[in-house]
This record gives sequence, structure tokens and C-alpha cells, in this order.
Amino acid sequence: MAEATATYKVIGTRPVRPDGSDKVTGRAIYGGDMRLTGMLYGKVLRSPHAHARIVSIDTSKAEALPGVRAVMTAQDIPEPEDRMAAAGEVAVNLKYLCQNVMARQKALYKGHAVAAVAATSVHIAEEALGLIEVDYEVLPPVMNVLDAIQDDAPKLHEELMAMDMGQKTDKVSNAVNHFQFKMGDLAAGFAAADVVIEREFNTGTVHQGYIEPHNATVLWNEDGHVHVWTSTQGSFVIQKQTAEILGIPVSQVTVTPCEIGGGFGGKIPVYLEPLAAVLSKKSGRPVKIIMTRIEEFEGTGPTPASHIRVKMGVTNDGRIVAAEADLKYEAGAFPGSPVTAGAMCIFAPYTIPNMQVDGYDVVVNKPKTQAYRAPGASNAAFASETVIDELAERIGMDPLEIRSLNGTKEGERRVDGPTFPRVGFLETVHAALEHEHYATPLSGPNRGRGVASGFWFNVGFQSSVVINVNSDGTVNLVEGSADIGGTRASIAMQAAEKLGIPYEDVKPMVASTDGIGYTDVTGGSRTTFATGYAAHDAALDVIEQMKGRAARRWDSEETPIGPEDVDYADGVFQCKKDAEKTLTFKEVAATLARTGGPLTGRATVQPRGVGGAFATHVVDVEVDPDTGKVSILRYTATQDVGTAIHPSYVEGQIQGGVVQGIGWALNEEFVYNDDGNMANASFLDYRMPTSLDLPMIETVLVEVPNPGHPYGVRGVGEVPIVPPPAAVANAISRATGKRMTDLPMSPGYILDKIHNGA
Amino acid sequence: MAHVFIPPMLQELTAGTAQVQIEGRTVRDVLNRLEERFPGIKERLLQAGDIRPDVAIAVDGEVAFDITERVEANSEIHFIPPISGG
Repeated sequence: MAEATATYKVIGTRPVRPDGSDKVTGRAIYGGDMRLTGMLYGKVLRSPHAHARIVSIDTSKAEALPGVRAVMTAQDIPEPEDRMAAAGEVAVNLKYLCQNVMARQKALYKGHAVAAVAATSVHIAEEALGLIEVDYEVLPPVMNVLDAIQDDAPKLHEELMAMDMGQKTDKVSNAVNHFQFKMGDLAAGFAAADVVIEREFNTGTVHQGYIEPHNATVLWNEDGHVHVWTSTQGSFVIQKQTAEILGIPVSQVTVTPCEIGGGFGGKIPVYLEPLAAVLSKKSGRPVKIIMTRIEEFEGTGPTPASHIRVKMGVTNDGRIVAAEADLKYEAGAFPGSPVTAGAMCIFAPYTIPNMQVDGYDVVVNKPKTQAYRAPGASNAAFASETVIDELAERIGMDPLEIRSLNGTKEGERRVDGPTFPRVGFLETVHAALEHEHYATPLSGPNRGRGVASGFWFNVGFQSSVVINVNSDGTVNLVEGSADIGGTRASIAMQAAEKLGIPYEDVKPMVASTDGIGYTDVTGGSRTTFATGYAAHDAALDVIEQMKGRAARRWDSEETPIGPEDVDYADGVFQCKKDAEKTLTFKEVAATLARTGGPLTGRATVQPRGVGGAFATHVVDVEVDPDTGKVSILRYTATQDVGTAIHPSYVEGQIQGGVVQGIGWALNEEFVYNDDGNMANASFLDYRMPTSLDLPMIETVLVEVPNPGHPYGVRGVGEVPIVPPPAAVANAISRATGKRMTDLPMSPGYILDKIHNGA
Repeated sequence: MAHVFIPPMLQELTAGTAQVQIEGRTVRDVLNRLEERFPGIKERLLQAGDIRPDVAIAVDGEVAFDITERVEANSEIHFIPPISGG
């Protein structure tokens, strides 16, 4: 149960982050900074074809080049098993994981790794790549879901039988899985509707766009132990996946997470670690590999492109009575798009009595898709929130009022079945309705205001925290969560709150996989929730132990005092039997050596009570009718953030998510030519928004404490990317009078819609 | 008795039945009794005695960690996909 907010002393303040000075002075150690004695430099040879059978690979000339110490292909990795393994956020298929790291029989996308080299310099390694001779049988590529699902489409996996409604079929198809959620009576729902709108939508392939590229430095030591230094959202996932791919015990791999320059979901799986490990084993030297930006675009997982059909019905008084959707998501080269999450989220903000959602996971000749902030939900919300906006327009209802009228709340059911616990969706809608932004009329030609809402589940998973008490009354907090967005601060703040000591007295550090208990990824908006929960519980453990130390100081023959006779509040231990007897946290800490020795608190958690997150956004745009360029005039994001532990970092997460969502809406997509080659694999051509493109993103923190967390924490990092594409589309539609159905809404697309669109 | 919701993906095993009442103290008890009524359903939910990696079993909205999870008299049980994040 969440504790009362009125008691907080640290939570809700805005202290300086503990890693701040190292980062602004350039002293923080990122993966690219790693230097080990005798270290070699690795480079990866990648397929120039989007779809090709690998007939042969001849590495002999590369191996003979002076300075080359090792060359590897997939033959140097054990044959992968076709089985699911607990080696990620959710289970992953080892065969696909392994084949994605390095192609075996087929290259399935342009940029798919086929060989790797380690040499004494990067330049020699690059030269050696040019000496590797690969004989390809080039095959026709399949580049989008609608082409891929055709019966006569080239098949990526000729042995893979499609799954349909949970059953394996006898059909080989690129649509590798079809599933369905259903509730109520869809036909009856549509029959009761006064207005029914059905639209089809397309979204492009989008990259997470983190600034720091993937990197790995690996030493396969002579004793057989593998040491990995890398940029990752989850060191234990890298440990597991690396061990599984190499066929060695997990205890034989130590992963040290370096500072991380962004991830957004894209730095969860392994890419380079197993390759550097094999090269290190073969050469007997540590090996470092860093991706180029082109490799990032062509060889790592983007978020999927998709085709979505949505049909919704509403009564004239604004009740949404039926909703239906088909979602077809690109998985990339191997099964496993986030279509299930998209299907579960698409109508989640609303109480709709009759719903049906069908999802299709479709493989195409693009890099295997990976997570990206609320994976799958932005695509889905773009479709559903656009149709809801059009329904509101058709019945003459305010677009926020229709969301308020139909908005979900505690006890209402999702399309996949379970009911919501206490959630704050309606509070976000009302906050938007009452905001000065929404109350201010938007005037001027070619301008429009759009709104949209979104949902994301958030997850809990497992976390560990250890707190060591120092003799000066400070504490060292050891955790296993990679810090992407300020979580060292948000976790230290929760420990400080419970310990009753200043935030500055908690020194957090992120340990290697050898230095802390198992901790899942920094992803799923789970870290401040789950690792914060562990910090709270570890702090409780410290307090209980320190009560014993205080009691020991006060215990006497005349007045026996045990830990149960000690209270603790506001940093002071007090004897229940004698209120005059008090000791501060620092005083007890100073005497640890005389009261039993070092004191360490610990907690491991696998918490329930994850609080889902809702957001509602309002945006004003201006569309240039001559160029099609869209300018964002004003943007306000309201979000149920549970309890904002560090409001600045919560605001930063919301602003970051919104900016990425605007990029997704207006500019970002992988552009492919007919051969399946990406034509814009650089930040010059893959256009992400900069500060010059956008106004200040205004944030409204709606605090509906999550009853499942001691401090009411909800994850905040993912849901802010869900509403922007739809909100911007709805604003453009109101500015132009044309409904937007495709992402990105680039100038060319807008012009086409203005002049030719419906 | 627990209220067990059968998703569309499993309803060919229940002849279209979408919800049943099943008695049991744990998820394992419920699945065993579900199997007695609808042969073949357990295989779609369990693998080598554990919950399949591509399935999540939610008891009263909370994902069960394993089949020994307790089930209360009026618990709702749902079979849903596992969720991850970015």
C-alpha cells in the first residue's frame, strides 16, 4: 500500500544526479572508453543483400593479412538449439537469437552479420573484411507486411510452419503467428452504433536513435572465464544470452555495464558480445567492437512498420459500443514483433462492451525488430486514436469529452480479459481539459489542434539491492539496474526516504553481474518501480538491524532492551521504554564496529502491483500548404505518473518520449530501395527532431499513487511515446480537413493528402 | 470457485465456452481440473510442468510466477501473452 505523500521529505524533491559531474566533465566511462592491455579491434562483415543464401565463405586471405589475429563465421558458434530460453525480458528462441547475431545458411536482411575479424588496428580489421569472399545466391526480398503475407511471397524461413490461433498449421508462411482477443458481441455492438468508421493505417520502420552506438569489449581469459564490458540496458540479459549462444555456463560470464548513451529498448539483446568473445578466444587477446551509425541502422533492431485496420462504432450521444482491429506488424527477419502488446493496448483506454482484435506477426527482410518505448503501442494508438477523433468530429463532440465519457477506470476490463487496478486515465483527460492550453483558442490559418491518449502496461520483474552502512552515517547502495534516465537518483531517493537520511548520504552504484543479485533489464518502465521497491525493502532491513545495534547500546540488567523496544523516525532511534534515550542514524553507524561489526541491508524483489500508465496529449500545429511542412506550435502532455520520485526526471522522460513520438509522426522512417537496401542510414538522412524543430514540451504530472508500491510509483518512461503520432495526425487533420492514415506524415505525404487525398 | 476465462485461442478445446468455474487452491489444481473437462488444454499452457514461456497466467490481474500460486475462492484467471517493454 502506498504511504501517504504528506510524509515525504526526499521524494518529490529535485536533487542533482550522482553521475552528473562525471558526465559533464567527460570522465564517465562508456564502452567506447574501454582500453585493455593487448586489446584488438574487431569489425563485422555484413550482408550487402536483403535476402540471400550463403553458398560459401572463404576467410583465408583475410587470415593471412598482417595484423589480423582472428577471423570468425557462424561455424565458430555452436549450432543453436530450436528452443525457448529464459534469456531476455521474456523468453527468446535461441535459434533465432543466435542466427540474428551471425547468419548461418541465409542472410535475411541487408546488414546481417556474416563474418567478423579482430586485428591490431581498426584499419587493418576493415581491410581484412574486404578480403573475405562470400558467395551469395541472391533471393528476392520481402519488404513489407502486405507483400509478405501473400501466398506466393518468397519465404524467409522455409521450414517454419505458421501458428494460427495457438495451433501449428501445415502451412509455411511469413505470417508466422495469428492470434485473437474478443469480448462481447461485435455484430450487436455495431448494430447499436449510429456512426461507424473504418480506416486502414500504415506506419513506417523507426529506429530508437540512441546516440551511443552498440559496443562490446570482451576478454575470454585463459582460465575460461569471459569478461564483457558493454553498453546495455540489462547486464544479466547480456550474460544469459552470451552464455547461451556460446554454449557455456552462465557463471562463466561476467558482464560489467558501462555508462550508457541511450537505449530506449534497443540495447536489450546481444549483437556484438558473442562475436567479440569468439574472436577473443581465438586470438587470446581482449577484443573491442564498436558499431558505426550505418551498422546501427542496418544491423540492429528498429521498431516495426505495421498495417492496421480499425473499425469503431459510436452512438450519437458519444458511447463507443463496438471496436474491431486487425494489426499486422513486421517482426523483421525472425518471429517476435510486439504485435501482442499492440493488440492489448489498442483499445485499453476505453470501456467498450464489444471488441475483437486480431494480431499477425509477420517476418520480412529487415533487421529483427526490438523494443522501443512501449513497444507496439504507438502504432496501435495511431490507428485507434485517429478513428476516435473522427468519430467525435462526426457526432459533434469535443475529442476530450468523448475520451472522458468512455474512459476506463478501476474494475473495467481490457480486451485480453483482466480488469484494471486503480489507474488514472480519466484524471489525465480531465487535466488536459482543464489546462490553459486547451482553454486557449487556436487561431490562424492552416492551424489545428489535436488530442490523443495512450496506455502502457509497465512491468515488474526482478531486482536486487544491497545497502552497506558506512561509519560516517552515509550508505553505499549497490544495484544492478543500468542507469539510462537518472535511476541512480530515483532509487537512492527511495532509500534515503525510508532511511530518514539526506539523499546526498546515499551513494548509489551499478554493479557487474558478479557484484549484485539478479536484476532484470532497465526497460518496461520498471526500474524506479521495482529496483526502487528493492531499495525501500533493503532500507527497511538496515533499519531493523540498526534498531538491534541501538538496543545493544541501551540494554542493561535493570532495563532489558531489545530491537522490539526501539522506534525509528526522521533519522533518530528512540527507546520506547525511555524516551530520553535517543541515537541518530549517524551515531549508531559510528559504533557499528563495537556493536556487532559491519552492517549490510539487502532485498530481492519480484513485485506485484505494477501500475499501468496512461497519458493524454494536446498539440497545436501549423501546416504550410505550399511545402507540406508541419510546425509544432505548442505541446502539452498530461500523464498519470503515480508518485513522481524526482519530478525533473519524470518530466524529462515525458519530454523525451514526446519528442521521439513527434519524430515518428513527422519524419522518421527507414526508406528502402527495391533491392531491400536502406537508403537513409545516417542521421543526416534519417531525420530526427532537434531542439530547433520543437517548442518546449509542457508536462502535467498527474499523481495517482499506485497502490502496489510503497511510495505509489508507476513506470513513466514509455507511455509518453504512445499518443504523439495520433495527436499530431489529428491536429493536421483539423488544420487541413484531410484525415491522416500513414506515418510518417512527411511534407510530401501531406501535400499529396492536401491535393489528392480523401 | 475460481472464474477461468478461456481466450479465443483455446476455445476450440472448450467447444466455444469462454468462461468456466473451477475449484482449486493453486493454479496447478485449476489447470488439472481444467484438463479433466477439456483434454489437451494443459499442454497448451504448460511445458515440462511449468508455465509455457509464451504464456502468462494472470490471477486477479497479477501474473503468476509459477503453478504453485494460490487461487482464492472468487479469483479470476486469465491466459494472456507475456508483456515486456522498452
